[in-house]
Amino acid sequence: MNNLKIAWRNLWRNKRRTVVTSASIFFGVIFATIMTSMQEGSYDTMVDNIVKFYSGYIQVFNENYWENKTINNTYEITDSLLKKIENVEEITHFSPRLESFALASSSDITKGALVIGIDPEKEDQVTEVSKWLKKGSYLKPGDQGILLGMDFAKYLQLDVNDTLIMLGQGFHGISAAGIFPVRGILEFSSPELNKVIYMELASCQEFYSAYNRVTSLVIMLKDHYDIPVALKKMKESIHAPYDVMTWEEMLPELVQMIEADRAGGVVMKVILYMIIGFGIFGTIMMMVQERRREMGVMVAIGMQRIKLGNILFLETILIGFIGAFTGIFGSLPIIGYYYNNPIRLTGEAAKAMIDMGIEPLMTFSWMPPIFYNQALTVFILTLLIGIYPVYKTLKLRIDQALRA
Amino acid sequence: MSIIEIKNLTKIYDGSGFEVKAVNGINLSFEKGEFAAIVGPSGSGKTTLLNMLGGLDHPTSGEVIVDGQNIWKLKSRKLTDFRLYNIGFVFQAYNLIPVLTAKENVEFIMHLQGRSKKERDSRTRELMQAVGLEERMNSRPSKLSGGQQQRVAVARALASKPKFILADEPTANLDSKSTETLLDIMEHLNKEEDITFIFSTHDARVVKKARRVITIEDGKVKSDEVR
Repeated sequence: MNNLKIAWRNLWRNKRRTVVTSASIFFGVIFATIMTSMQEGSYDTMVDNIVKFYSGYIQVFNENYWENKTINNTYEITDSLLKKIENVEEITHFSPRLESFALASSSDITKGALVIGIDPEKEDQVTEVSKWLKKGSYLKPGDQGILLGMDFAKYLQLDVNDTLIMLGQGFHGISAAGIFPVRGILEFSSPELNKVIYMELASCQEFYSAYNRVTSLVIMLKDHYDIPVALKKMKESIHAPYDVMTWEEMLPELVQMIEADRAGGVVMKVILYMIIGFGIFGTIMMMVQERRREMGVMVAIGMQRIKLGNILFLETILIGFIGAFTGIFGSLPIIGYYYNNPIRLTGEAAKAMIDMGIEPLMTFSWMPPIFYNQALTVFILTLLIGIYPVYKTLKLRIDQALRA
Repeated sequence: MSIIEIKNLTKIYDGSGFEVKAVNGINLSFEKGEFAAIVGPSGSGKTTLLNMLGGLDHPTSGEVIVDGQNIWKLKSRKLTDFRLYNIGFVFQAYNLIPVLTAKENVEFIMHLQGRSKKERDSRTRELMQAVGLEERMNSRPSKLSGGQQQRVAVARALASKPKFILADEPTANLDSKSTETLLDIMEHLNKEEDITFIFSTHDARVVKKARRVITIEDGKVKSDEVR
């Protein structure tokens, strides 16, 4: 008769109580799992959308560029660098960019603008720029024209086929000047991107006299779960004068926003698990109180207190396990269903998401940590609660227990 | 030669502002194979004496010496082991482990002693046969009558092959027939296997069977009669 067998039988002495306690854990775990899955799913969508918007998951810069964003801190894409990137199998696409600033004028109006030189085809694979085209046509390879953000075009009162004059400082202080025809107008959901000018990469390099140079290589992966592996591989092979940065390093405010939101979820889960915890604790207290005499008898006839404590500890853990595992298994079909069939949002929420260029779907995450973290939480909770019966056993006075 | 010696054993309970001397300087000794009853009115100190004798309740002063060893000098773990290997207990309310069958209840103590399955099985069968419950080995305590439960408790007490058995009012909850059966079993085991039984009781039927009757009143030995 081993401890586990005794603990298991003890558990079913009061079936109703065990079922009620396990049910409270079951519902708590289901709720926490679904809530976490929904939360993480929405972060995944948010990150994937924002990253696809502009930054990519990873970028390769000149090691000095992030600290001092000038055209002088650009680099040439060597064959060796390209090979290293192509060797990372997690990378789905990559696109070179040359970014700098220029004064843009149309007749009487002049304004500073961010100029982004892109490889039209590759950039479209990474950030799908062409889908934001409102008027005109998208850039072609070797194109000498430009694409304007909607706000910028409006400000400069420019339309498709108009021309834009740009003045700026090129590589190593060389003057940059040029006249460019407007090929198209882009209307992004992000106001920041509506103020930029897109050029074909070679044309941009020529404008800034930064021949063959780029500010960054924008890297796309299948999703952000591939970042750690891809980053590790890239950091192992790509060294100075290059620097490899993830979206988390490039967009710290987004990370902070997710962390703040996640903290809200954690508070909810802490409250939920506290309620569950006190429920389990109440059951265990009752159980210990009811079985004081029996505990006294067991120690009286020669069972070591620590062994008896182990049995009671196991009972506590078993209650937690039953609740946690049934909860996880109960949540699997629900999360599985919504993972494959995301909830389509309607109304204001949907409109806000569409405006941001994000499909109005509430997605669920299916990542293993969502499930095993709940089991781990319940395990730690029951571990802590399990200390109580062990303590009571160690402090048991046999003569008093026998009179209980 | 005595297997148990009690020297000047005293137990004082602290009440609120007063002291209660439950056991007051008792000196006794027990020989191997005794069938002794400790009798006295309620509150006379019988159970307290038995508890101190069995290492369950700490005396205020005095000694309980079993085979030359003062059991109250032992540390908690050692004392538990001492009980496991030397003392069998039979309680008034049977106190079997409700989730275990009759067989498992008897076996349990041998399991604690680390005995092999083969040894456990054969001794359990032998004991269940001795208490006349071989047919009910696989019944849980809730399926047994009070008398049957107490017989299982006797088998459990014997399972560890103890030096002596302490029985605290073992017949208090039993009807006449069950009491008669239980006493016959215990008397038989005492005579045939030379097992020492010490009872606390105020049941006249137990007293009648006892070969030594120790009467306690107000925590003191009033008489000690060997028949």
